[in-house]
Amino acid sequence: MQLKKTQCAYMNTQTNHADNDNTLSIKSKLTMATCALLQAGTPAAQAETGDWDIDTAFLYYSEADSRVSVFEPVVSASKEINEDEFLNFKVIYDVLTGSTPYGAIPTQSEQTFTNPSGVGNYTTAAGELPLNSSFRDTRVALGADWVIPIDRLKRVSIGGNFSKEYDFNSVSASVNYAQDSSDRNSTYSLGLAYTADEWDPIGGKNPELTFMRIGGTDQNGKGGTDSKDTTDFMLGLTQVISRSTIMQFNLGFSNSSGYLSDPYRFVSVLQNDGSLTNTLPTNARPYLYEKRPDKRNRNTFFWRTVHHLNEDVINFSYRYFTDDWGINSHTLDFRYRYELGGKHYLQPHLRYYSQSSADFFANYLLESNVTTTDFISADYRLSEFTSTTAGLKYGYEMSNNSEFTIRAELMNQSYTVQDTVLTTQQGLDIAPDLSAIIFQMGYNFYW
Amino acid sequence: MLRIILVTGLLNLSACASVQPWEKGLLAKPSMALVADENEIFLDEHIYFSKEASTGGQGVGGGGCGCN
Repeated sequence: MQLKKTQCAYMNTQTNHADNDNTLSIKSKLTMATCALLQAGTPAAQAETGDWDIDTAFLYYSEADSRVSVFEPVVSASKEINEDEFLNFKVIYDVLTGSTPYGAIPTQSEQTFTNPSGVGNYTTAAGELPLNSSFRDTRVALGADWVIPIDRLKRVSIGGNFSKEYDFNSVSASVNYAQDSSDRNSTYSLGLAYTADEWDPIGGKNPELTFMRIGGTDQNGKGGTDSKDTTDFMLGLTQVISRSTIMQFNLGFSNSSGYLSDPYRFVSVLQNDGSLTNTLPTNARPYLYEKRPDKRNRNTFFWRTVHHLNEDVINFSYRYFTDDWGINSHTLDFRYRYELGGKHYLQPHLRYYSQSSADFFANYLLESNVTTTDFISADYRLSEFTSTTAGLKYGYEMSNNSEFTIRAELMNQSYTVQDTVLTTQQGLDIAPDLSAIIFQMGYNFYW
Repeated sequence: MLRIILVTGLLNLSACASVQPWEKGLLAKPSMALVADENEIFLDEHIYFSKEASTGGQGVGGGGCGCN
């Protein structure tokens, strides 16, 4: 937020500049887009040229039932190095622990699975959703962005970022161009980004559409790394609608190719009565490693409105998403900043999300269909579901241009069971809801 | 749905009177930024990227993650 405050401040008192695309911080560029439009607004300079604008946050995310927990500190720093020329940096550190589902459904008997490493095994009690408790990871991500003014109305930004996990590396670069209309009530933007990701799974990649092998036995060719590439293109318009309303419209196009499967996920293979299959190769377990198509095209339409009431501010957005895997989704996001006076504010937040399932999603696979299946995944994130989030944030703007914020939110996902519940599955919850808490503290200052 | 929103959006745009520079006081407030708290939105996007099949819309790029 501070990025923008400083930059907005300059916008207001000096010349414009604006929409850049910071690879790491998508949002900073959006803010800058707005700022550009406000060039002759109120004087509100909050920092001197040359100050670093530092924005820190700490996220704690925790899922119920001892599932995934995430600790994530973030530090952003921004500086105006010349008039309308900015450097932005961001550092993120993620620590993930807990248990996560890999696609198997609960059954009436105990189930045994092979660890991702291919060496050990773990068991899940009868009637329980199978979770892998060995899930833990750390992630470090770095990003930088350089905003360069071309002239009074145009600017370009170039950015890059890098992230590293135990089993996954990502590198990306982006370039953005933005131009204001002569009255500075509109900003048009173009963005292009390229991302290269590489998987180096624990124990190596599992061969897709093959059965899991008992831990410690021959793993049937398991091994190796794989990669995927993504190109993103975006057209944007930011428009002043009135003295108190501004809107943003984006159209996004994305193309991914390469290894798009999840190297750890699998699907339960069942007999017609719902019990696990016995028709298996030597040393195999009744779980088949998933396979997704090696291409994916995604399109988005995004609309945001920010409206100023007497004192308060409404920030509302809608996103429509569609891809060629059969997934369509709608996202509604509503934040209401309620001014308490004395530089204190409260901000309730509501979010609603709904998606259809991928064409190849299944809760399970019947043994009779194993040899005829081209693509399959039981990843719950590819199923039909709705997700709701409700939360509250408190913010305090301190006198020395620093700000403290804290928020707490509750998220709940509710999944639709797509496939017929078979005889022996009756009474089992094969797609239990997921709930999580989101807690965040933030502090920003100038240095 | 998409069509309705596009049409509504365009109608709104064509209807908006030109706002003069001296009328932009409210719009210039930090709380009126499209994204008033960058880290908050950044972290939200990271959470939902890792828990949902949809991503993007607000900009291009963004850090890769093995979480999805």
